[in-house]
Parts: sequence; C-alpha cells; structure tokens
Amino acid sequence: MNGPSTKHPYWRQHWLGLMLVVGVLLAVPFVAALGGQAWVRIANFAILYVFLALGLNIVVGYAGLLDLGYVAFYAVGAYCYALLASPHFGIHLPFWVILPCGAALACLFGVLLGAPTLKLRGDYLAIVTLGFGEIIRIFMNNLNAPINITNGAQGITLIDPVRIGDFSFARTSTVFGIAISGPQKYYFLLVALAALVIVVNIRLQNSRIGRAWQAIREDEVAAKACGINTRNIKLLAFAMGASFGGIAGGVFAAMQGFVSPESFSLMESITILAMVVLGGMGHIPGVILGAILLTGLPEALRYGIEPLQKAVFGRMIIDPESLRMLVFGLALVLVMRFRPAGLWPSSLRRRELAEATD
Amino acid sequence: MAEQPTLLAAREVAKHFGGVKALHDVSLTIHRGEIYGLIGPNGAGKTTFFNCLTGLYRNESGHFLFDGVKLEADAPHKAAEVGIARTFQNIRLFGNMTAIENVMVGRHLRTRAGVFGAISRNSATRAEEAAIARRADELLHYVGIHERAHDYARHLSYGDQRRLEIARALATEPKLLALDEPAAGMNGTETEALRVLVEGIRRDGVTVLLIEHDVKLVMGLCDRVAVLDYGEKICEDVPAVVQKDARVIEAYLGG
Repeated sequence: MNGPSTKHPYWRQHWLGLMLVVGVLLAVPFVAALGGQAWVRIANFAILYVFLALGLNIVVGYAGLLDLGYVAFYAVGAYCYALLASPHFGIHLPFWVILPCGAALACLFGVLLGAPTLKLRGDYLAIVTLGFGEIIRIFMNNLNAPINITNGAQGITLIDPVRIGDFSFARTSTVFGIAISGPQKYYFLLVALAALVIVVNIRLQNSRIGRAWQAIREDEVAAKACGINTRNIKLLAFAMGASFGGIAGGVFAAMQGFVSPESFSLMESITILAMVVLGGMGHIPGVILGAILLTGLPEALRYGIEPLQKAVFGRMIIDPESLRMLVFGLALVLVMRFRPAGLWPSSLRRRELAEATD
Repeated sequence: MAEQPTLLAAREVAKHFGGVKALHDVSLTIHRGEIYGLIGPNGAGKTTFFNCLTGLYRNESGHFLFDGVKLEADAPHKAAEVGIARTFQNIRLFGNMTAIENVMVGRHLRTRAGVFGAISRNSATRAEEAAIARRADELLHYVGIHERAHDYARHLSYGDQRRLEIARALATEPKLLALDEPAAGMNGTETEALRVLVEGIRRDGVTVLLIEHDVKLVMGLCDRVAVLDYGEKICEDVPAVVQKDARVIEAYLGG
C-alpha cells in the first residue's frame, strides 16, 4: 500500500508484462490441443489447483492456520454441484445458481470447522483439520443408506456440464470462426475464476483484515491487546478459504461429470498444501508457480519417462507410475533442503526463516 | 478532575496460580488524568494485575469498574475496546511488519472496513485506509520515531521498540494507557526522554498506569503510587508518603 501502486493502477505500470501473460494464457489451450485434448485437461487441472492453492493460501499463508483438511470444502462444493445438477435427484439447476450455493455451503462448513478449533495452533490444529477432512470423505462414502444421498462409493454420474442458454461446455462450438472444444471452454472459465481469486488475494493482503491476519500470525496475544477480535478474524480466514474451495469443487464436478469420495482423499489436501508451501507461503506468484509445477511435472514425467526408458534401456524397467511418486518426493525433499522458504518466497517469508535459524 | 474523578476502580481482585496467591484482594482507584504508579519487588504481582485488568487472565474473584462499567474478564479485545491499551514487559511487537504497519494494526479497533470493502476497494475503504495511514504517521511523529516508519519492527533499537509499542497502544484511542516497565533496560538519557513522552501523553488527556522498577522515575513522574508485596497492596498514596512508609521500606530492603 506504500508502493507506487496507490498512485497509478498496477496495470498501467506493467502493461507489457500483463499483455504477455494474457497472450500466453490465450495461447495455452490451443497449443496444448496440438498434443490432444488430454493436455488441455491437464492445463485445466493446473488452473483449478492454482485456484485451490490460492484459496488455501488465505488460511495458511495469511492467517497462519495450518489446515490439512482443505479438500473437505472442495468435496462439499463438488457434491453440492453434483446433487443439484444431475439425474440423481432429478434436479437440474444452472451453474450460476449452484456455484454460489456451493461457496456458501462450504463457507458454513468452514465456520463449523473453525469454531471449535480456534484455540488450537500449529500441529494440534493440523491434526483436527486432518480429521475433519477424513470425516467429510467418509460421510460421502456412507451417506447412501438409509436414504441414498451421495450414492456412496459409486459416486454421482451424469452431472450436467456448465451451460449458458444453449451454449454448452460439453461439446465443441465455433466462436468467431474458431472451433473451441469443451475442455478449452472450461479452461477460459477457470482462468477467469483464477483471476478473481488473485484479485481477492492481493486486495485482502493490503487491507485492514489482511493486517489483522498478519498480526495474529506474528503474535496473537499482542493482536488481542490491540483490540483485534482474534476469534472472528480467524473464522473469517477459514470461511473465505472454504468458499473458494467450494467454488473449485463445483467447477470440478461440472468439468468431470462425475464425483466420488475417492477424489477427496487426504493425499489431495496434502498436495494442495504442498503447492502453497513449495511455491512460497503467502506469496501469490509463488503459490501459482507451486500449483502449476505440482500438477504439470507429474504429468510431464508420466508422458516422458516411458519413451526415455525405452530409448536408454530398450525396455521398461520401472513402472512410470511408481517412478513418478519417487521423483515427486525427491523434488519436495530437495526444495525443502535448499529453498526452505519455497521456490519463490516473498521477501517477508525469507526474512522470517533466515532469522529463525540464526 | 471535575465531574467523575474515578476512571478505574479495582475491587478485591484475586488471582491464584495453583496454591500461589499472585493477587490477594487488591483494591485500588485510579483517577482521571493522573499518572498512577504500581511498584513492588519482583514477583509481587504487578504484571499479574495488568494481565487481569487487560483480560489476558481471568481473575478468580473481584472485578474492575472502568469508567463506571464493569469489565468482562478474559476478553482482551473488549478491554481495548472500552479504552484500556497496554504495552508489554517483554516487548511484543509484530516483528516482521514495519513500524507504521504495527501502528496501523492498532487502528483496527476504531475502523470498520470488512472483507467486501477490502475486495471492492470502494471509496469509503480507500478513504479509511488513507486515514489509518495518516493517523499512524502522526503517532510515529508523536513518539519521535517517524524516520524509522518503514523499517521492520524487529530491526528497531530497543528504545525505539518501546516507543513503537506506545504508539501502537495509543492508536487504539485509549482512556487508560497501561505501561509495563517501559524504562526497563534503558539508559539515563532514554529514561528521561520516556519521562517527557509520558508526561506529554497525560497532558493530552490520557490517564497513565505505570509499572516500573526505576524508583527515581516513578517518584518523579507519578501523582500517586500503590505498592504491591506478595500479591497484597501494602500502601497507596502520593510518592512522598509512600517513600517513608515503614512496610514499603521493609518490603524493598527485606525484613
């Protein structure tokens, strides 16, 4: 807020860089499509994870609350969409009604999780949130009897795609003479949502609320003595993070056309948290980088390892799937060893860690 | 001291830690506009009294009447809201925030912008942000560390950190400013500067409650002084009387 950005809008100073980013973002789905629609889907997931990671960044990066159950909110949003737009209950609401519903419901769950855990910190909070994530997943798995709500482990199928009037996101259509496939449409929807969450992140950071979060992270007792109602401000962080998780879940359900409890495992929570930590907690470009790397690299490995092994050894020695996890784990260890503040940390985070190890 | 001279009245406040009586039915009265000193040997219960007053501890019995209203125990942010601001014995700043940001956090209580204001950044929010920054800047001038405004709090010198803590407390617009050993670790010049600052704060209409070990500072600065020993108030009077009190001398020199 003390930078020159208060005098001139950010975009006016960085218009060249921003145009470049917009250009790249526009080109990605078409370049990826050259390798097949599967690559467009991978790009979509990368953006979806950018969205999720930035939502979690509000909770972990800004307010400093270690949340290991973030996927629960993602699940709530996804199931909300699935139940309100599928033949399962025979309800078919439009997406612009369901997404806000999903966000609100996830927000409610965020408060439900937040309220009893406010006195906990660090490891203890992590354990409770982890448990919460599992509870939601197990509920989804078992809410098929006595009344079938979630259809259990089979999940819900035939979920409506996003549709605006006759313009369905499920099939290819031609806009201004350019054929745009379903996944490419979702890509643009996701980019728009990601832009929204980036703006929210930036604006919250330099606000009265953002300062209160930072103060709580620095010294909760002093923050209270300054008159900050730490309970409400922490709940707000949980609620905001959760709403973004809910929106992401809704888009996920629409895009996949299918949800099951399997998609919302603990591993998913940890992956999203790893994106935030690996990229650079509390630093928006870092979190974006972390999300793109952690979705993109495993896929690139999956497609790259097989030909590589064939070329070097003439046959497959290690199953690419197991090697993928090995490389993934190794990368995490190396980053934490050599760049403990994340790949692209904010100057603040770097300083905190540097002085903590002194 | 016109219509209602009493600002804070402690009524038989007691706090125990297990079997240790940290505060034993302490009652005292602080008048509007005075500088009130709270002294006593180490472990006498001064900081415990502060923590009960500012809601960090819940006292077992007794209560505080502040400005005629009973204070709610165990609610620090409410204590700040009714107008009690404090500093800490072991300085508690937001180390990785700049000096001005620390003071801006102090404005939280007296400002309103919420999430929607922050996200939409409407004209009301922008005006409020500007007012927060302006007030924080004024307060840094007031305590005399404005040239360090954009330095991180943890990089400030010890004396400047004490001053920054006072600025942050003043940002909450207190009626009562409670200072917990503000002169601890300061040299003579710094202590003298602090004395001038505290007198200025009182002149600007804020009542000051001061815990201090520096007897010279307390006797020179305070209008009235209370002495705690083993959790009990053994004396409350003007400095000249307190200095001659037999129980106070015994408590300090050992009996």
